[in-house]
Amino acid sequence: MSAPQWNNKVVKWVDDRLPVISMLHHSAYEYPTPKNLSYMWNFGSLAGFVLVTMILTGIFLVMNYTPHTDMAFESVERIMRDVNHGWLIRYIHMNGASMFFICVFIHIFRGLYYGSYKAPREVLWWIGILILLAMMATAFMGYVLPWGQMSFWGATVITNLFSAFPIIGDPLVTWLWGGFSVDNPTLNRFFSLHYLMPFVILGLVVLHVWALHSVRSNNPTGVEIKTPQDSIPFHPYYTIKDLFGLGVFLIFFCAFVFFAPDYLGHPDNYIPANPLVTPPHIVPEWYFLPFYAILRSIDFTILGIPAKLLGVLAMFASIVILFVIPWLDTSKVRSSKFRPVYKWFFWLFVIDTFILGYCGAKAPDDYFMGIPGLKVIVMGQLSTLYYFAHFLVVMPLVGKLERTKPLPASISESVLKEGANA
Amino acid sequence: MSQTVHSSGDHQPDENRRDFLTLATTAVGVVGTGVALWPFVDSMNPSKDVLALASVEVNLANIPVGQAVKVMWRGKPVFIRHRTEREINEANEVALNELVDPQADDARVEKKEWLIVVGVCTHLGCIPMGTATGEARGDYDGWYCPCHGSHYDTSGRIRRGPAPKNLEVPTYTFLTDTTVRIG
Repeated sequence: MSAPQWNNKVVKWVDDRLPVISMLHHSAYEYPTPKNLSYMWNFGSLAGFVLVTMILTGIFLVMNYTPHTDMAFESVERIMRDVNHGWLIRYIHMNGASMFFICVFIHIFRGLYYGSYKAPREVLWWIGILILLAMMATAFMGYVLPWGQMSFWGATVITNLFSAFPIIGDPLVTWLWGGFSVDNPTLNRFFSLHYLMPFVILGLVVLHVWALHSVRSNNPTGVEIKTPQDSIPFHPYYTIKDLFGLGVFLIFFCAFVFFAPDYLGHPDNYIPANPLVTPPHIVPEWYFLPFYAILRSIDFTILGIPAKLLGVLAMFASIVILFVIPWLDTSKVRSSKFRPVYKWFFWLFVIDTFILGYCGAKAPDDYFMGIPGLKVIVMGQLSTLYYFAHFLVVMPLVGKLERTKPLPASISESVLKEGANA
Repeated sequence: MSQTVHSSGDHQPDENRRDFLTLATTAVGVVGTGVALWPFVDSMNPSKDVLALASVEVNLANIPVGQAVKVMWRGKPVFIRHRTEREINEANEVALNELVDPQADDARVEKKEWLIVVGVCTHLGCIPMGTATGEARGDYDGWYCPCHGSHYDTSGRIRRGPAPKNLEVPTYTFLTDTTVRIG
């Protein structure tokens, strides 16, 4: 790729000294993109849009928020009632967190289905997982800031997870709290870090896009770009496609903001934090439920490791395992479109994560979907077992044993064939 | 720098000397960075004013037999239960080998009618129910944690559920027969 020639003198003067305009031109204009990308490839840019929305609404919320245990709850209520359009900015921010996770989860499932984690895209995949981890930390700390009952007890339960580690556990928790319980020092540091983390995520996103543009986008066939016929420039083809998707997504987003702003939250968080009373039913936000179910499903001891520590390790492992799937998946074919056996396991895995989410939302002693004799805890344990078996058993074995369908010779050929069949 | 190095003949001594300098510089750099980072890490530990609030005095005179109260100590509740004769007997009758975290009742109380424990579930830090009159006290007449279902007995010991340990006993001293200082 040669640097474009700029006709505008000012643009040329700047670009000769700092080629930032050329860089943007390469990455958002002429970037050669596979010509067969489906709408499943929309969610990366949608997640980027939500990140910017979160940063902007967050900056305006901070102008009216007070990070002190005596005033935090009141200041949030003031934002809701007295600050001009405060309710709108807060509801966008609150629901934006859920929207961010919806986009990112779909983005990750898309990557799993089409094998986007396989060589040469491993580092791209890793940075994506780091973004997910950073998002989870940010969302958790943000949820503490309104200082409602769920804020307080969510913070208490999650920080107490670290007490499971032997020897260092208790000093570590005291250090995280800055005291002997979740209190003002905790709120202050969470606020500081909640403001910092989005910019860390932004930096990771820059690396993510950089890695993407050096290995190029995957596509529904999983076959690499081979000739210029296989690709089209990003602009105008995908800028317009992404914009259309954004329009549809904004309808969905706004439906929550304007018509069901508290649907994804918990009413208990509109009760001010009370360190002396635990709400009878503590549940995390929906996007943490599958991980919470994995945490809770370990209620037994293995090799003398207590259940509490095992649960915490299993929960962390459920995300960390994603780092090694480029090597656990032994199949030479990327896209599940051409993997008749693995495809079914993929959908089983998707269902499994939904079951985990359901189990995370229910009390362990409830019955699963009201089925007599089937406790939520048991269903959670079975789903946790499949979650790990999918990566540790299914991926290596199916990759070796499965007879894949023939791959198209090129992206271009597959597009022309599908066009002819239509 | 490289200009000052002898260029004649054997390079070995110079290379060793340079390796030493590199290692020494790196070591000083690593230690120095650690020393510089420590104040920031330590600033997140409990501050002096937080530590200063570490004790509280409680008047026990108006807690009748069979009832319990919650008092705040270090930002968390402490349960003080004025135990009945029956509760004391229940706590003493259980065999130690039946317990998850074996500990005799004598080792957990200073005066047997007063049970003083930190009211924080040792699982994930929720406040167990059972202090206020009428609350569910679990299957062992002590406390019941609603978050993940841990049952504690009349000595605050874990009997069933995911919590790994007994409710913690804080350090306390009886100043008079009816006043106790916690912390």
